[in-house]
Amino acid sequence: MQSLQKITSRFIPLRIENVDTDQIIPARFLKATTKDGFGKNLFRDWRYENDNEAQPKADFVLNQKQYAGEILVAAKNFGCGSSREHAAWSIQDYGFKVVVSSFFADIFKNNALNNGVLPVTVTDAFLQQIFAVGAKDTLTVDLEKQTITIDATGASEKFDINSYKKTCLLNGYDDIDYLLSMKAEIEAYEKANQS
Amino acid sequence: MGKTIFDKIWDKHEVKIIEDGPSVVYIDKHLIHEVTSPQAFSGIEKRGVPLFRPAQIVATADHNVPTLHQELPIKDALSKFQVDTLIENCKKHGVELYGLGHQYQGIVHVIGPELGITQPGMTIVCGDSHTSTHGAFGAIAFGIGTSEVEMVFAAQCIMQSKPKLMRINIDGALKNGVVSKDIILYIIAQISASGATGYFVEYAGSAIRALSMEARMTICNMSIEMGARGGMIAPDQTTYDYMQGRMFAPKGAAWEEKLAAWKQLYTDADAKFDMEINIVAEDIDPMITYGTNPGMGLSIQGQLPTIESFTDTTEKQNYEKALKYMGLTAGQTLIGMPVQNVFIGSCTNSRIEDFRLVASIIKGKQKHAGIKTLIVPGSQEVAKQIKAEGLDKIFAAAGVEIRQAGCSACLGMNEDKIPAGEYCISTSNRNFEGRQGAGARTLLASPLTAAAALLTGKITDIREILN
Repeated sequence: MQSLQKITSRFIPLRIENVDTDQIIPARFLKATTKDGFGKNLFRDWRYENDNEAQPKADFVLNQKQYAGEILVAAKNFGCGSSREHAAWSIQDYGFKVVVSSFFADIFKNNALNNGVLPVTVTDAFLQQIFAVGAKDTLTVDLEKQTITIDATGASEKFDINSYKKTCLLNGYDDIDYLLSMKAEIEAYEKANQS
Repeated sequence: MGKTIFDKIWDKHEVKIIEDGPSVVYIDKHLIHEVTSPQAFSGIEKRGVPLFRPAQIVATADHNVPTLHQELPIKDALSKFQVDTLIENCKKHGVELYGLGHQYQGIVHVIGPELGITQPGMTIVCGDSHTSTHGAFGAIAFGIGTSEVEMVFAAQCIMQSKPKLMRINIDGALKNGVVSKDIILYIIAQISASGATGYFVEYAGSAIRALSMEARMTICNMSIEMGARGGMIAPDQTTYDYMQGRMFAPKGAAWEEKLAAWKQLYTDADAKFDMEINIVAEDIDPMITYGTNPGMGLSIQGQLPTIESFTDTTEKQNYEKALKYMGLTAGQTLIGMPVQNVFIGSCTNSRIEDFRLVASIIKGKQKHAGIKTLIVPGSQEVAKQIKAEGLDKIFAAAGVEIRQAGCSACLGMNEDKIPAGEYCISTSNRNFEGRQGAGARTLLASPLTAAAALLTGKITDIREILN
């Protein structure tokens, strides 16, 4: 897994609530047996008319030239619905390293973390401050300090992440490495709980 | 202080608690399907790690299968490759597969319970958010991502922080025409599509106790639609009666031993929840959704919210976006509105009781000429039972075809899709934009309400037919 420490970037403002994983990556793209190439279908049906890449929808933020960056900022309850990890793969493959929202769905949050994408939960007030700044403005997300800053205004907020996951992300470790290291304990558990 | 049923099961499965981190939780049963497993199989292969406990895994093909002519090769090349990859992976790693053509094949959350694989007190995971279904048996069951599928392959454990706990009490008697699907749609409409995020839910109360196992599964199934990690119901005599004699349920002395342990699985009277909600069963009417998330639901006679009722700008914009997608107007009612499609199926409502309910409404009547149907049993076993009870004749006489088992039009992935712009009364679980196919407009409802629309061609209050 890729490590992540600190990032300063412009951002894409997605002012939509309850963005479900069917919007992030529609089911018809889940037929793949690898993790590659999902980025081109990210938000497919919001991005294109008639499922046609030659017809980008002008009103969708990913198609608006003024917006760019490695940070996606969305309204509350981002990533709800299906557990498909393809949603996290799409977001990562498109080039996002951080997703900011005032509220994340549980499964998506885990899936993102397991793929080196950092979900940053901010207060609703801070989210509105981010949405209020210009397209050229940047955000700085510092995982070590657990802070997110709107660089233009200096406004900053701390975010939560448990120290285990933080260490994993800072170093690019994943949970499977950890679980494999405790095989003996798992076998001992099985022995004690044979039923 | 007493323990909740969740605490009792969770504590027993905690292999290790990481300080300021998640717990390492042991998984008893892992269900897999073709869509969310291939990358996990290739993941462990890339690491050179063997599958740790293949005997604790059961596989089926459901999401990406056709519901007609399953005896023929799958036409879509990508779908065929994905289903073939599952066959190959299961063979290579020694996993039991109930694939296409197998007598036990079906939707993963239908076959687990019907085969007796799902049991009280277990931890059950699957790379599918509707794994919460199995909670109806008093199990901790929840959906996971593919990285977590890989974890369970590698170590039979996952890493999860203990969720907060919520109890939803539903007391009283359901009104005529109201079934368990209406209960859960009512709850989600009350607390919103994110109202239970971060929580694991226990459903309790006299209205829940009175439900059959299949009706309980419908409720637990949709826990994820309010954001909950999962939902569960303490086991009771209804649970044991349903389980006894099923293929993989314990037998003889082992049954007696398990039964004694299962009877300890209840929430102690002095246990505390982080949140508790009380619902009066008599307040619930037949429900239907009007928007693009399952929280946007109302009583079938109800009126859509007005634009003015939203004070928050983003919420107002989101409501307008949903109305535009659905082709509906703020403040309108839905009764009498023509629909073009009826889908009866999915892991929410594709079990034998659902088919009995629908058959009881359409018996001796004809399908409305304007309605296209997708009527899809959840498993081969359900299909067999439909025939055994002669329900297939009732459907045929009404001019309705019954298809073969699979997820079908629930998710717009396989051949079964709803055309853009058309309305579909659906017994499934999600009304997201494009969920049933690009541009499809989904109205979630109970099998009874779906059956009513099948006859009338429009949104109908089932009570008008029942009375």
